[in-house]
Amino acid sequence: MEITNTGKEKDYFIVAVAGRMDAVTAPEFENRLLDWINGGEIHLIVDLGELEYISSAGLRSILTIAKNLKAKQGKIMLCALRDTVKEVFEISGFSTIIPVSESVESAIKEI
Amino acid sequence: MLEITSPARVEHLERLIQFVVGHAEKAGFPIHRIKEIELAAEEILVNIFNYAYPGLEGDVSITCRAENTGLMVEFSDTGVPFNILDVPDPDLTADIFDRKVGGLGVFFVKEMADEAWYRREGDRNVLVLVFDTHRQGAEGREPAGDVET
Repeated sequence: MEITNTGKEKDYFIVAVAGRMDAVTAPEFENRLLDWINGGEIHLIVDLGELEYISSAGLRSILTIAKNLKAKQGKIMLCALRDTVKEVFEISGFSTIIPVSESVESAIKEI
Repeated sequence: MLEITSPARVEHLERLIQFVVGHAEKAGFPIHRIKEIELAAEEILVNIFNYAYPGLEGDVSITCRAENTGLMVEFSDTGVPFNILDVPDPDLTADIFDRKVGGLGVFFVKEMADEAWYRREGDRNVLVLVFDTHRQGAEGREPAGDVET
């Protein structure tokens, strides 16, 4: 799994996640995002366009991050979910509790 | 190889999943369905890693069997007696602060597998998942209960 900061737009820190978010890699995702959050980035856009797979461990990490940000009056938006990742978000109801957008561009427009 | 046994630890997850994926590929499932099978397998395995052997080491075994109608995947462990299928579904409508993630893994298993059974066999937990080649729909099925295999 690769996690990279791909830019900043209107105060939103953009992170791209590629690969798989499973029980092995989810803790790394959580730690990397917490590092950025603790460094002051409390408005995040997470681009999942290259994320191929997510399990409940991945959802758990995303929820932890979302709760952490909400407590700091921050915000997270996820975008470009595809295939099985999109399916997992929808059937778990996560797409209704965490803002989801089609693309980074449309997420930025919604700010 | 039809069976694999490994210590029940998360560092073995990838190898165990690859075993199941290899059999799913051989059985001719499309990629989208293989990802669903992968997810179900991960959720079962991670549950065993986390809960089967509290304070102890133990193994997990997986057997795959291709049938005319699809793939049967059997997970077994000698951990504490536990039927993961008994775990209640999470509340999918709860908002972010009320949301508990417990139960989400087994919920995915029930959604992705066409059939799921549990039995206790001596000192083993045995959990069987069946993935039909021609699946009926996205809804999870009820566990079939007593089945002659």
